[in-house]
Amino acid sequence: MATSLRRFGRLALISRNWSGRGFSTSPSGEINSYSNIQQSEGKSINLFSAINQALHIALETDPRSYVFGEDVGFGGVFRCTTGLADRFGKHRVFNTPLCEQGIVGFAVGLAAMGNRAIAEIQFADYIYPAFDQIVNEAAKFRYRSGNQFNCGGLTIRAPYGAVGHGGHYHSQSPEAFFCHVPGIKVVIPRSPRQAKGLLLSCIRDPNPVVFFEPKWLYRLAVEEVPEDDYMLPLSESEIIQEGSDITLVGWGAQLSIMEQACIEAEKDGISCELIDLKTLIPWDKETVETSVRKTGRLLISHEAPVTGGFGAEISASIVERCFLRLEAPVARICGLDTPLSTCFRTLLYAHQEQDIGCNQVNNKLLAILLL
Amino acid sequence: MAFCLTKAKKLIYNHLKSKMGSLGIINHGNWTHPVSFSHPIPQNLKKPDTFFTNNTTLFASRRFESIIAGKHLDSLRNVFDEIEVLNFPGGKVKFTSEMKFLSESPEERIHCYRVLDDNGQPTVHSNSVQIGEEVAVKMYNDMVTLQLMDSIFYEAQRQGRISFYLTTIGEEAINIASAAALNIDDLIFPQYREAGVLLWRGFSLQEFANQCFGNRDDNGKGRQMPIHYGSKKHNYFTVASTVATQISHAVGAAYALKMDGRDACTVTYFGDGGTSTGDFHAALNFAAVMEAPVIFFCRNNGWAISTPVSDQFRSDGIVVRGQAYGVRSIRVDGNDALAIFSAIQAARRMAIGESRPVLIEALTYRAGHHSTSDDSTKYRPVHEIEWWRVARDPVSRFKKWIESNGWWSDEAEFELRSSVRKQLLHAIQVAEKVEKPAIAEIFTDVYDVPPANLCEQETLLRETIKRHPQDYPSHFQFPL
Ligand SMILES: Cc1ncc(C[n+]2csc(CCOP(=O)(O)OP(=O)(O)O)c2C)c(N)n1
Ligand SMILES: [Mg+2]
Repeated sequence: MATSLRRFGRLALISRNWSGRGFSTSPSGEINSYSNIQQSEGKSINLFSAINQALHIALETDPRSYVFGEDVGFGGVFRCTTGLADRFGKHRVFNTPLCEQGIVGFAVGLAAMGNRAIAEIQFADYIYPAFDQIVNEAAKFRYRSGNQFNCGGLTIRAPYGAVGHGGHYHSQSPEAFFCHVPGIKVVIPRSPRQAKGLLLSCIRDPNPVVFFEPKWLYRLAVEEVPEDDYMLPLSESEIIQEGSDITLVGWGAQLSIMEQACIEAEKDGISCELIDLKTLIPWDKETVETSVRKTGRLLISHEAPVTGGFGAEISASIVERCFLRLEAPVARICGLDTPLSTCFRTLLYAHQEQDIGCNQVNNKLLAILLL
Repeated sequence: MAFCLTKAKKLIYNHLKSKMGSLGIINHGNWTHPVSFSHPIPQNLKKPDTFFTNNTTLFASRRFESIIAGKHLDSLRNVFDEIEVLNFPGGKVKFTSEMKFLSESPEERIHCYRVLDDNGQPTVHSNSVQIGEEVAVKMYNDMVTLQLMDSIFYEAQRQGRISFYLTTIGEEAINIASAAALNIDDLIFPQYREAGVLLWRGFSLQEFANQCFGNRDDNGKGRQMPIHYGSKKHNYFTVASTVATQISHAVGAAYALKMDGRDACTVTYFGDGGTSTGDFHAALNFAAVMEAPVIFFCRNNGWAISTPVSDQFRSDGIVVRGQAYGVRSIRVDGNDALAIFSAIQAARRMAIGESRPVLIEALTYRAGHHSTSDDSTKYRPVHEIEWWRVARDPVSRFKKWIESNGWWSDEAEFELRSSVRKQLLHAIQVAEKVEKPAIAEIFTDVYDVPPANLCEQETLLRETIKRHPQDYPSHFQFPL
């Protein structure tokens, strides 16, 4: 508490700079992780436009692809599907009834016929009616048939995470539920460029994928995105900043908080290695392990409640592999084990007052290194 | 996990808020344009069909006709048309000064279509018997084969040779006659009591046995419980234990068939219990809206394990649900092979020709226990079971009909039964000896290729088995 109050002014400044330049990768600018993208610099666009581009490309390049969900026809409540119905017709881009289990059930059947079924769940908070269809149907479709059938063309997109006044039901980060399900992949992008490349990979991956989009960043995050058709690899994490004292692992919107914390920590003489996991299952253990072997310390941060969060899995795996190398207990800076309160949001959720999240991470970093 | 309770920092917050704009929920501007109430007539309604005779299903088109008729009848009323009629999405709605609630049920239960009476004789007005000798004899063959397979596999379970079994007893006509009326290109999304559809399509007794024994030759690589059949070759999607989840898959797949312009539909089977699931309702509604060529086939056999239909729903069965969703529907005698055949044939024509879903409710009885894990005499009277088994047996009813056509004889019956019995016993013996799937199959097909965690776990498992062979089944059973 005291520390964070003392830092008040300094952080505000940095924060302002930071939110002005948009969200990309490390402070040092371009990082070699885009080696598989043609280095053509695209226009600066926000995250929902990047998603929209990816969907355009997906529909353009594969006549067997379909985009549908609640209010998708007019462009979607977050505008991600803008212009698609006009361009590709109402048979390929359409509204569905308001019924998540129906959307995913329908999508499984469509995908099982060799199509790319790109289904939108309007908010991740409303994905639970479809949980059975995802867990029992989509995830096991291939396995239970002995690979006679599969619904690998299925991609479920859902905006996740706290933002503004979202309260209990427009704020959740339910990724951990899905990380317990063999047979699906779970992918979360951190920025527009990532969103486009990863979404295209998910759509074209021969396995069902749940793709959570950080809705906080839909408009806020702006970066240059190549206009061409490119894909970023799944199950490959990315070191977005190299460092030697501690490894930080996160995904999606939380990375922008962590990125700030790294800058702050740098001033305290702490050298951080920041990793974007990108694909939560099957996840890239090797990169994290290698990094922790180098730094000897690990901090994981996510917005979802700490108990049973995916951070726990990362922590356990790294302790298993790097126990003797660890110089401090694995730390988790995560959400409280409560539903999200609308009125307390500025206290609790990192980016509602992003200095808070940043301070949490920072204090923890200091604490770990002083150990 | 330290949460620093810093005082809110207005500056950044406001800054962020302004950056985010109306991010959040809805761009309200998009909702301000006037909502159009002129709803195009659904394509479905353009082509009336000859089978479209059930007066309850006339609802949709009558709705439009009545408005037109009203205009012609009373020109005075025309003046007040705007007051008396509400132009509402879906069509005009007449106003009435009479406060009348819709009844919870029709005065009379929806009638049940049948062709053969209990003695296997065509009823007076039935004109739809279009089955020739060859098809009829194959149908009877397969019904008997299904019965024999059920009794022998059931016995094999009792002897502990397979872990589980589930019969279709009492529902042989539903299984075989529905399959016979379909085309092999029509895709099946089954529940679990429809093995006969697969049998009709040519899945061999050996293949059935391989699945039940979970051996190396099972399509499903021994991964699922017995009776969870699936065959790509026969357009029969793999059975899952989850009740009713397949119903919405059939809608998505039907939509795909329609988009591809294929001359085929999808057919999904489910029980009375399955109609209480969300998936059933979701699927019917989706199918109506998407105008998908899918046949929903409900086997209303009175029971969902021990739950009678009176504890399952209070509607007049399933058939009435169709209209509420804008889905054409019919109730048939589930123990009358010819009625089922005709109804499916007609439904298929409508589904494909008019791009629409059709709901069929077959009234029948689960004449066996739910499965080998169940003893149904604990919750229903034995005489009830006996009555359905004897007086309403669908197989003997159909037999009477083919006999009266001169297509069947006692010798043929004897030959069929002994030959099928022999094949079944042989299939079991073979299946029992075939080795189990290789251990690698634990890890394949979770994804298209095993990711790192699965490769690692496979290596670990193999090493553990090598180190502690005595703790694991022999190599013969599970080849490494
Ligand atoms: C979603 C789900 N809930 C519960 C079960 C357990 N269960 C298996 S069969 C069954 C009864 C199904 O009855 P019905 O749909 O009428 O089909 P029938 O067995 O009569 O053919 C139940 C409750 C299940 N398999 N799936
Ligand atoms: Mg039943």
